[in-house]
Amino acid sequence: MSPTTVAPPPKLDLDPGVVRKARKLAERLGEPVVEMTRSHTTVSVERATLRLAGLAGADHERVPWVNHLVDAVRDQVGLEHGVTTPVWDALRREEAPDLLTLAQKASAGAVSFRMPEKKGELSAARRAARAAVRPGLQKIDRQRAARDRLIARHGDPERRPWIYLIVATGDIYEDIPQAQAAAREGADIIAVIRSTGQSLLDYVPEGATREGFAGTYATQENFRLMRAALDDVSKELGRYVRLTNYASGLCMPEIATLAGLERLDMMLNDSMYGILFRDINPIRTFVDQRFSRQIHARAGIIINTGEDNYLTTADAVEAAHTVTVSQLMNEYFGKEAGLEDWQLGLGHAFEINPEVDDSFRMELAHALLARQLFPEAPLKWMPPTKHMTGDIFRGYLLDGFFNLVGAMTGQSILLVGMMTEAVVTPWLSDRDLALQNVRYVQRAAGGLTEDFHPPRDGFIQTRARQVLSEAVDLLEQITSHEHGKVSAGTSTPLLEAIADGTFGLMKRPADKGKGLEGVARRADDYDNPAITLLEEGAK
Amino acid sequence: MSAPHTPDLGEAQARPSVIRPYGDMTGDGMVQVSFTLPVPHDKRAEGAALQLAAKMGLSPALLVHAKGMGPDHTFFVVYGSVTHLVELDKVQVVERDFPLLSAKEVNAAIKKQLQRPLVVVGACIGTDAHTVGIDAILNIKGFAGEKGLEYYSEITVVNLGAQVLVPELVEAAREHRADAVLVSQVVTQRDAHIHNTTQMSAAFREAYPAGEVPLLIAGGPRFEEGSAATLGVDRIFGKGTTPGEVASYLVHELTSPRRPTRQARPERKSA
Repeated sequence: MSPTTVAPPPKLDLDPGVVRKARKLAERLGEPVVEMTRSHTTVSVERATLRLAGLAGADHERVPWVNHLVDAVRDQVGLEHGVTTPVWDALRREEAPDLLTLAQKASAGAVSFRMPEKKGELSAARRAARAAVRPGLQKIDRQRAARDRLIARHGDPERRPWIYLIVATGDIYEDIPQAQAAAREGADIIAVIRSTGQSLLDYVPEGATREGFAGTYATQENFRLMRAALDDVSKELGRYVRLTNYASGLCMPEIATLAGLERLDMMLNDSMYGILFRDINPIRTFVDQRFSRQIHARAGIIINTGEDNYLTTADAVEAAHTVTVSQLMNEYFGKEAGLEDWQLGLGHAFEINPEVDDSFRMELAHALLARQLFPEAPLKWMPPTKHMTGDIFRGYLLDGFFNLVGAMTGQSILLVGMMTEAVVTPWLSDRDLALQNVRYVQRAAGGLTEDFHPPRDGFIQTRARQVLSEAVDLLEQITSHEHGKVSAGTSTPLLEAIADGTFGLMKRPADKGKGLEGVARRADDYDNPAITLLEEGAK
Repeated sequence: MSAPHTPDLGEAQARPSVIRPYGDMTGDGMVQVSFTLPVPHDKRAEGAALQLAAKMGLSPALLVHAKGMGPDHTFFVVYGSVTHLVELDKVQVVERDFPLLSAKEVNAAIKKQLQRPLVVVGACIGTDAHTVGIDAILNIKGFAGEKGLEYYSEITVVNLGAQVLVPELVEAAREHRADAVLVSQVVTQRDAHIHNTTQMSAAFREAYPAGEVPLLIAGGPRFEEGSAATLGVDRIFGKGTTPGEVASYLVHELTSPRRPTRQARPERKSA
């Protein structure tokens, strides 16, 4: 990531002891969850592993072969050993000449799977699986190297924050010209919004898609087409234009894998969003997420977290500290999975009710707090949505103030606010006006970081400290959570807090939610060559 | 041509029934519009914008701003006096037949009238795998800035997801003692949404004693508003319906005295 071209953001005089304590508490909360993820697997983790081994495509009803194969293995030998050992054992026994044919035969019930009993057979199957998965990771490595090469050739945007624009037509062939036009108009990052509801599909659709609902399906082919189109426009503009999609929902690990294979640059990937806002099972989410983040780490992908969502369900002043807590948890889980600071696009948003006194000063305090807590992270600053009323004129002013906070506090990624938020999907003219707004503020006030120093113990410093201390209080409260049933001597306070409705008011118990049936506790002989290779970091 | 207008005697006689937009003087008719034309910015583009303004009834029209956006589009802001008149006595409005309530009011009404949580069972029925509609209404994430029904503390939501068979839906509705059943039909071919919905409503009528059928609601972009009766459901919700509207409707139907059988249902004695 290139250095910012503006002066570093102003300081807040936070107590380093409190900051250390906050991180320590996040770690204490996160550790048992990571332990739990190490003892479970999911259908989607297993399918992602098969995708790394090159299994792609779908049957005539568009059910992916990875789904067929994982389901067949699961029916016969269960998920708890990992699917790769039974799959490569079957290939060694010549049940089929190759992986695709095996999946096809398995879908017709014509393959018998087993866990090999002889030690020699077992290790031979595992060796074969590892050899088959490795090229997938090597392709991800090559894509990462290609990105580095293209950035070196075309260059990064000169200014910070990077400008993040959304396209969402539902039709990949409409998205492409819109994305290219947006890049020409100044977008540094293009996000293709997914079709609503894709997060709850337990399979990844296949091929180029031309119909979606308020968005375009995330498919490998759509990823490839869009990345190729943005490569063309990057060359034309002399600036590497990044591509973003969503690694969330039930297929998070598979989509992360496809993103790595097709050189996407950023992925939305939040630690708790799916649990709280999509009612996806907590264990499924954390297990899927760890694998996804290991892939993102390997692929050099920047994750974008979804803290903005907390502020759309709760009051942005009262709930400001929940954003900080979520950022700390996302940081802990991200780093544990191997992500580096420059890959942590932690989110926050400008969502305080503009009718509240001092709303702008509080926004400044919150944004500076995030900036100072995570100085090396490419923070993602998100525009007002909750208080965009349809009064586009007032909305344009609000977006201007949002842009000003972004400029004054050294934010890294700026999701461009549209004055027609909550009215229409952005028109060409909305996008043009929104970009004029961003550019005006950047040119007029981008250097303010040099002059703007909130006075010691003034309103902004005090407010930032208050939010941080509320965050520490909440973390402490969760850490000492008493309610949960302590099962087999292990306690995961974070899961218990989620079950009790501590976050976003939603109660999400660990034994409920979508996708639970796709979770399995690992057996002692569980093997997953992708996880092994990712953890070895072997190139 | 104008219908005889009898102003309310209490109203001042002077209140006109024909009005024009107000800029800074009564009757000036001034409006502002902005639009984009798919042409490069040049003299001809500006002429084209004025031609459109004239056809929209702006006379005289004043082109106050024109800006090229990329090589092929131009954005315009036009001010002008519209020649059209607004005839107030001909204004027709279709009122929503139930009041729109806030989440707080919905919860309060359920607490007060039902004295137990209101149970909603939702599903996509038939082959439709698109849960976008049902999720927009039910999931806390919601739609159009409004939280879904899950967010309401007094509503219990059971979302069965996609490709649910009608018998499963009936079974789930019985098991959870549903007050209302929401089905969504997004993607449809050869009127599948109509067949599925009719089949669903028939199954419920068969399975429940008369008068105890849960409130049946169908939603989706292809349904015609006003076709509820033919489909055998209580209500159709079309494209753009928000969770708040559905919640308000549920409260209106399920807590009003017109449906006494739904109130204060006795607790089930055994599981």
